[in-house]
Amino acid sequence: MGKVVVVTSGKGGVGKTTSTAALGAAVAKTGKKVALVDFDVGLRNLDLIMGAERRVVFDLVNVIQGTAKLSQALIRDKRVDTLFLLPASQTRDKDALTEDGVGEVIDKLRSVFDYVFCDSPAGIERGAQLAMRFADEAVIVTNPEVSSVRDSDRIIGLLDARTMRAEHGEQIAKHVLVTRYDAARAARGEMLSIDDVLEILSVPLLGIIPESQDVLRASNLGSPVTLTDPLNSAAKAYLEAARRLEGEDLPVVVPFERKGFLDRLLGRRAA
Amino acid sequence: MNVFDLFRRRSSAPVARERLQVLLAYERASRGQPDLVSILREEIMAVIAKHVQIDQDYLQVSMDRGETMSTLEIDIQIPNKSAVPLAIAG
Repeated sequence: MGKVVVVTSGKGGVGKTTSTAALGAAVAKTGKKVALVDFDVGLRNLDLIMGAERRVVFDLVNVIQGTAKLSQALIRDKRVDTLFLLPASQTRDKDALTEDGVGEVIDKLRSVFDYVFCDSPAGIERGAQLAMRFADEAVIVTNPEVSSVRDSDRIIGLLDARTMRAEHGEQIAKHVLVTRYDAARAARGEMLSIDDVLEILSVPLLGIIPESQDVLRASNLGSPVTLTDPLNSAAKAYLEAARRLEGEDLPVVVPFERKGFLDRLLGRRAA
Repeated sequence: MNVFDLFRRRSSAPVARERLQVLLAYERASRGQPDLVSILREEIMAVIAKHVQIDQDYLQVSMDRGETMSTLEIDIQIPNKSAVPLAIAG
């Protein structure tokens, strides 16, 4: 039985889709069978980030409504042959998803794949709640910034109340993935530190993804950052996060920026 | 004052952390609870309406949440005209 992992955040634009693609590809590279499911019905983007936008024929809504078989809708990645994508529908709205329908699809995926990553839409409405409904684990993507941390806290509340596991009195394993971390700004005390974020959310850390041009480059190319150039700092951070997700005990190193001469001169303190 | 103080900016991250801690402590406690301010507003309105006729718009209820204590501010404007006859009748 595979593991179902929801990638969620509450706030939009923090990097859910990028992280779903990067983590999913990283896990698939180790030989595990991985399915990425886009739950953002009407605003799908995982297909674009994966570079599969021209290969979409059927989608999640088609499978739920029975107009296509699951095997017809799954798109196999051209780079990693254990990586699959189930796109969201672009023309329908989120009401086309039913809880029973989603449950059936997730059950089938769980029986075939080692990992099922559910890319949640932003917000806390129906779409986001269905994406987390059947999850065993959650990756909460957070930027070190007040509105993102607040929304993450809200999402954590929902994970503990509205998921199948929570309703059956079981724990859902939660991990925080801090993205767009700028070490220089954190050193100057202009950005919430990793300790601040972890203390406020009290959820264990999965990884820290530094702010990086390579992430945008990967999106432009339609390839998860962990596949385009696995040696850049963002890719390395995602690869390590993926290993932690698989249970490896790997310490997280906070990206470190040496204080510049000007900072010392002006006495800017890190706090 | 040091000349460098002119260039020195106070770091903003500690402020962000503090604001979040206060806010989230409140939001977590009130999760799943009905909205206190709107309940108070409705009930206060009902009590006042027994004696004076006032418009919904003349009742302002606001809450300023602090770390250890919160302030509830109630601002009621009673038009003189409507207050008199009802007070006599009651």
